[in-house]
Amino acid sequence: MSVRTIPAAAITQTVERLCIEANTQLPADVRAALDHAAATEPWPLARQTLGLLQQNLCAARENDLPICQDTGMACVFLELGQDAHIEGDLAAAVDEGVRRGYEKAYLRRSVTADPLRRVNTGDNTPAFLTVHLVPGSGCRVTVVPKGAGSENMSRLAMLKPADGVQGVKAFVLETVRLAGSNPCPPIVLGIGIGGTFDGCAALAKRALLRPLDVPNKDPRYAALEAELLEAVNALGIGPQGFGGKTTCLGVAIEQRPTHVACLPVAVNVSCHVTRRAAADV
Amino acid sequence: MRYALQTPLSREMLDPLRAGDTVLLSGTVYTARDAAHARMAALLDAGGELPFPLRGAALYYVGPTPERPGRPIGAAGPTTAGRMDGYTPRLLALGLACMIGKGKRSAAVKESVVQNGAVYLGAIGGAGALLAACVERCEIIAWPDLGCEAVRRLTVKDMPLTVLLDAHGGDLYESGPAAWLAAQGRE
Repeated sequence: MSVRTIPAAAITQTVERLCIEANTQLPADVRAALDHAAATEPWPLARQTLGLLQQNLCAARENDLPICQDTGMACVFLELGQDAHIEGDLAAAVDEGVRRGYEKAYLRRSVTADPLRRVNTGDNTPAFLTVHLVPGSGCRVTVVPKGAGSENMSRLAMLKPADGVQGVKAFVLETVRLAGSNPCPPIVLGIGIGGTFDGCAALAKRALLRPLDVPNKDPRYAALEAELLEAVNALGIGPQGFGGKTTCLGVAIEQRPTHVACLPVAVNVSCHVTRRAAADV
Repeated sequence: MRYALQTPLSREMLDPLRAGDTVLLSGTVYTARDAAHARMAALLDAGGELPFPLRGAALYYVGPTPERPGRPIGAAGPTTAGRMDGYTPRLLALGLACMIGKGKRSAAVKESVVQNGAVYLGAIGGAGALLAACVERCEIIAWPDLGCEAVRRLTVKDMPLTVLLDAHGGDLYESGPAAWLAAQGRE
């Protein structure tokens, strides 16, 4: 077994670049879902609204602007090979990448140092870092800028096992109904089912990393994703909540083992600007 | 219907607007969001004067990204208006004519909009780059320490907006989805 050494500075450079990329270019799968929705939306005000969202993507590219002014909390996911050794301070390296990327690309600093004192940190740090150890010596970095309009509409419930899949569906639909226009529909839903209280919420966020055109590997959960997508779109909330066919662009579920007495479900709501950018270091 | 409006806004100008109409707004728009609303409320409590005249004013709930050199503003889409609900009826009673944001408002805000002949207009949430293109000038007029939340005076041209709450009790977030569902025979 050989250990691969990765200088912390390389992580900083990658995070910096990904912060900029994620905030200015929509992932291809999200763009494709938006284009498909615009082409198939029959309701006039909804079609006009989806057209404005497409125009916004062009305006961002032409004028060198972020797609959305809420350039988010920088959620950074690291798939770190257990045979890789980071030379230097990993968390500090990630924060430095966020600091540089947000400064360089004129992105908004939206992080408050303390939830009650409410003083802005001024550089969008700290990053919200999740590290997963995986076999091998690779290091894959994914940056997910997460806006608050949709984050605030996210919910978690500790259901009873007897509530079953019907309970899960009812909770997801209730969450979307309560959110209404606030999370900037058409939305994307990351759903966690199972695990622990805290782990379930992490699963929901992790589900947002999966491209919209990649279903869950388990056919039962893939079918549930499709069923929920259809049920959410039948609510009629529509783009921006103005009414219409297009309320949701995609649903991704991540599931984990859980206690015999537990059925946690978490819904992490995301917006039509569901951003993520990834690269290997 | 489609209306082109120029600030300052009078009750008479806003009266014909109905939920679902399109407005192209030009003129002066002030910005304030969470922290600026808290400070405005504290100022009013202390008997002070607000940093801008409320009568006939349009207020945009926005915290833009920093501007690049030579540009008036960065990306500038709306934030969720409901967080400002607690402060809003007081501002409407003092003459605020128009709010620009996104998302549902409280029953108290809806009532106050009707009482005062005001409107709540929707800018497209997440369309920060598109809305920035409508801003010709931007200057910070109060509380620069709040950063993106500082109060700014914007000069806008043909800002594309949708009437969400009108002065007659209309609410697009209720009527829009209901009309679509009715057309599908699902209601």
